[in-house]
Amino acid sequence: MASNSRKSLAALALAALAIAGCTRDKPQTASAEAPPRTPPKTYSHDPYPSTYRAYPGVLTAITGGTVYDGEGGRIERGTVILADGKVQAVGGPDTPIPDGATRIDASGKWVTPGVIDIHSHLGDYPSPGVEAHSDGNEATGPVHPDVWAEHSVWPQDPGFTRALANGGVTTLEILPGSANLFGGRSVVLKNVPARTVQQMKFPGAPYGLKMACGENPKRVYGSRNQSPATRMGNIAVDRATWARAAEYKRRWDKYERDGGDMPSRDIGLDTLRGVLAGEILVQNHCYRADEMAIVMDMAKEFGYHVAAFHHAVEAYKIADLLKANGVCAAMWADWWGFKMEAYDGVTENIPLVHNAGACAIVHSDDPNGIQRLYQEAAKALAAGRRIGINIPDEVAWEWLSYNPAKALGIAERTGSLKPGKMADVVMWNGNPFSVYTRPERVWIDGALLYDSNDPSRRPVTDFELGQPGEGDVK
Amino acid sequence: MGIALALALSAAPAAAQTVAITAGTVALGDGSEPIPGGTVVIRDGRIVAAGRGVAVPAGAQVVDATGKWVTPGIVAGFSRIGLVEVDAVDATNDVEAGNSPFSAAIDVAPAVNPRASAIAINRAGGVTRAIVAPATARSIFAGQGAVIDLGADMNAVMRARAFQFVEFGEQGTREAGGSRAAMHVLFRNALREARDLSRYSGIPSGGGGARQARANDQRDLPLEEVPGANSLLGPNVNRPDDVLLTRFDAAALVPVLQGRQLLLVHVERAADILQALSLKKEFPALRLVLVGVAEGWTVAKEIAASGVPVIASALTDLPNTFEQLASTQSNIGRMRAAGVKVAIGMIDDEEARQVRLSRQYAGNLVAVARLPGATGLTWGQALEAITSAPAEAIGMGEQFGSLKPGRRADVVVWDGDPLENATAAEIVLIDGVQQPLSNRQTKLRDRYRTPGEGQLPKAYQR
Repeated sequence: MASNSRKSLAALALAALAIAGCTRDKPQTASAEAPPRTPPKTYSHDPYPSTYRAYPGVLTAITGGTVYDGEGGRIERGTVILADGKVQAVGGPDTPIPDGATRIDASGKWVTPGVIDIHSHLGDYPSPGVEAHSDGNEATGPVHPDVWAEHSVWPQDPGFTRALANGGVTTLEILPGSANLFGGRSVVLKNVPARTVQQMKFPGAPYGLKMACGENPKRVYGSRNQSPATRMGNIAVDRATWARAAEYKRRWDKYERDGGDMPSRDIGLDTLRGVLAGEILVQNHCYRADEMAIVMDMAKEFGYHVAAFHHAVEAYKIADLLKANGVCAAMWADWWGFKMEAYDGVTENIPLVHNAGACAIVHSDDPNGIQRLYQEAAKALAAGRRIGINIPDEVAWEWLSYNPAKALGIAERTGSLKPGKMADVVMWNGNPFSVYTRPERVWIDGALLYDSNDPSRRPVTDFELGQPGEGDVK
Repeated sequence: MGIALALALSAAPAAAQTVAITAGTVALGDGSEPIPGGTVVIRDGRIVAAGRGVAVPAGAQVVDATGKWVTPGIVAGFSRIGLVEVDAVDATNDVEAGNSPFSAAIDVAPAVNPRASAIAINRAGGVTRAIVAPATARSIFAGQGAVIDLGADMNAVMRARAFQFVEFGEQGTREAGGSRAAMHVLFRNALREARDLSRYSGIPSGGGGARQARANDQRDLPLEEVPGANSLLGPNVNRPDDVLLTRFDAAALVPVLQGRQLLLVHVERAADILQALSLKKEFPALRLVLVGVAEGWTVAKEIAASGVPVIASALTDLPNTFEQLASTQSNIGRMRAAGVKVAIGMIDDEEARQVRLSRQYAGNLVAVARLPGATGLTWGQALEAITSAPAEAIGMGEQFGSLKPGRRADVVVWDGDPLENATAAEIVLIDGVQQPLSNRQTKLRDRYRTPGEGQLPKAYQR
C-alpha cells in the first residue's frame, strides 16, 4: 500500500505538469525537470481470465437436415459446414462441401444453434444438493455486488453434463441467487467439462450483475428485522446503493482521467461502476409487472440499462413497456403459484411478449428444466397459437439461442448459425419441438462433445466416477 | 386451430344420457397402442365400450372426434393437488403440519379444496383424478392420503384414507432423529404400538391381506365409524406405558398393519428399497406401494418378484441426493422391462400445482426409448403410466384410469397426440360430466391478449 500511495502522489504531480514526450524509462519523480505522463495505475477488470480453449474439431458438413439458423431463418435439406471451430457456411442442398469434410447425414433430423440458458445456478447449487454445496446466495446482507458467481462454481456438477446431453445447452449464464437486492456478478460459461471454472468461461463475454426485486430480499432481511423489509425498502436500498456507485464511478473516472490520489477500492462498487459504464449487464430477477416498471424507471434515474428481467412471470402484462425500454424477458413456459408473486403465471407469457415485439427468452433456473428448454418453448409456442399468435417454429428458436445471446452481450459470437460465428451446434434426432426428440450430437466451437451413438462422447464427472450408474445414459 | 368440438353435455350427470365419441384416435390407457378411427361410448357416467368397430347406440349423442385423440383422463400418480393454493403462503398450504402433535392420524380428505386454482388449471390440462398425499413434518408417518377427482364441484374426495404415507429414506431419517437405524426402530415401534392397541381392543389382526380387505372394505369410513374400531379410541383401552405414538396415531396404523389400508413408502436408494420390501417378511399383511424409487432399476428383479407396485419419478436423472446416485430417465423403462408394475408420479416435484406435466413426462419416456443404450416406454406404455397404472397401484384400477367397460367415464378429447408438447385438451369429462376448462389463467391471458388499456382500465375487462 505504501508503494501505491507513493505512485499516486507521483501521478498527481505528473498530471499537474503534463509534459508530453516523456518515456516510460525515465524514473517517476516529482522533479520539475522531466516529469513523465503515465496513465494512473488502476485495477484489473479481468483478474480471473478465461483459459477456455476450444477442443479440436474436424471439418464437418451436416447435410440434409432442417436447419433453423437461430435468427428466424429456416432451410430445408440444409447444409451446415463447421471448420476451425466456426460456422463456415449455412445454405441449401447445393452448398459446396469442402474436400475432406466429414459428412453427417441429418436427413429427417434438425440442426439448430446450441441452446443458451441465461439463467442457471449449475455449479453454485450443484448436485448433490447438500448443505456443503449451497454456494449460491451470500445472504449475509442485501447488497453484495462484491461476490462473483464464478468463485462458487463447482465444475464437477453433474448438471452440466445433463444440460449438454439431454438439453443441447452449449452456453449458460451462472447467476448468484436472489436472496439479495444486489446478488453479485454472474458469469457466462461454455458448457464444456473442465477442471477449473476459468476453463469454462466464455472468452470475452461481458459480466452480468444479478439483481432481485420482490419477495425474496424483503423476506430474507425483513424476517431478521433488517432492511429491506418491504418492496419500498427494496427500492430505497437499491437507490442508496446506486447513488454510492455513481459517486464511486465519478471518483474513479476522474482518477483514471486526471490521475491524483488513487481512490479507495471497493470490490462491490467496482461491479456497479462497471454497470454504470455499460461494461456489465444487469440481469434482474423480477416477477411482477408493476415492479418491473419501477425498476425500468430506476435504471433511467441512475443511467443504466436492464438487459433482461428474469422469471418475469407477469411480463405479458407490460409487454409494451418492455419493448419500449428494449428490455428482454427471460421466462418459464408454465411455472406459476409457488409463491405470491408467481400467482398470475400463464402459459402464453412468452408468445405474448414476443407478439408485442419485445425480446422473449426461455430460461430454466433449474437443473432439470435446463434439460428441456426446447420442450418448454414448444409448450409456450403452442399455447400462443391457440390464441391466434402464429409464430413459426424457426422464429421461436430465437427464444432459445439468439435472444439469450443478445441479452448476454455475446450475439456477435454465438446464438445463431451465421458464417464466422462459433460452431455451437445441435443436431436433433427429430423435430426439437416434439417431446419425442433429443439431441443426437452437440458441437461446441466445432468440437463434438456429445454423440448419443457413441458412449465415449458422454461426459462423466469426477463425482460420478465409481458410483452406481457411472457412465450410464441419463 | 383449437376449435372446440360442439359438445353440449348436460352439466349434471344425466342418468339416461348416452354419448358416443366417434372417429378419433382412441387410446385405452391399458398399455395398448392407439387405435385410429375408434369410438368411445359412455352411458350413466361409465364407459360402455371403446375401440374399433364399436357400434354407436341408437339415440346416442354423437361427438365427431375426427382428427382428435381420445383417452382416459390423466391420473396424477403422486400429488398434493387440492392441498395448496400458493406454496409459500402458509395459510393456504395444507401439505404438512410441523406443529401438530399428530402424524399417522392426519387425514388429508377434509383439507382438499375443490376450488383450489390448481384443480381448475390441471383439469384444463386433462388431469381428472389424483392420488393426494400429505407430507411429513415431525414423524416418518405423514398421515393418510386420498384419491380425488378434479371435477368442478364440491365433491372432490373419491376415497378418503386410501393409504398411509411414510418417508423411508433421507427425509424419513431426518424425521426419525438422524439415522436410518433410528428410522427403522421408529417404524417397527409404531407398528408394534398399533398391534398392541388392536390386540388390547379386540380388533382381530389382519393376515388376509388385500382379498380380505376387499371383501370387507371399511376404508371409506373414518376410524371412529369403523365397527369395532371405535374401541381403539375408547376410554377403556389399555395401552402399555412405554408408548411414543398418540392413541389416535397408533389407531390409524392398525389398518396398515392389518393390510386394510395401503402403505405408500417413499424410498430412493437401492438399499432402502430392499429394506422396504423386506418389511413384508416381518409384517406379512402390509400392502406396500413404493414411491420415488430412483435407484429401482438396479434392484428391479427384486421389486418385480415382490409384486409391489411402484410410483416413480419419470425424469430424475441427477444425483440430487446421495440416495439418488444411480438415477436415470431409463429407470422406469428398465423396471417395467423387468416386470415391475410402474406408474409415473410427481414426487416432491411441483406436485401441488403442476400435475398437468405428467403428460410431458410420459412423452419424454417415449423419447428415451429412441436413445441408444437407454430404455424407455412405448407410447401405449407411457400413457398407461399416467392413467391405469397409478389407478391400479392404488388398488382402484377397476374404477378409473382406462376406457375399459364399466370404468368411470373420465374421458379427454385432445387436439392431437396427448403426450406431445403442443397438444391441449378440448373436452374433459369426469364421471361423464363435461367440465369447464376456463380458470384464472385463461382469464388473465384473455385480459392481456393486448397489453395496452382500452377505453377503461384493464380491471373492467373480463
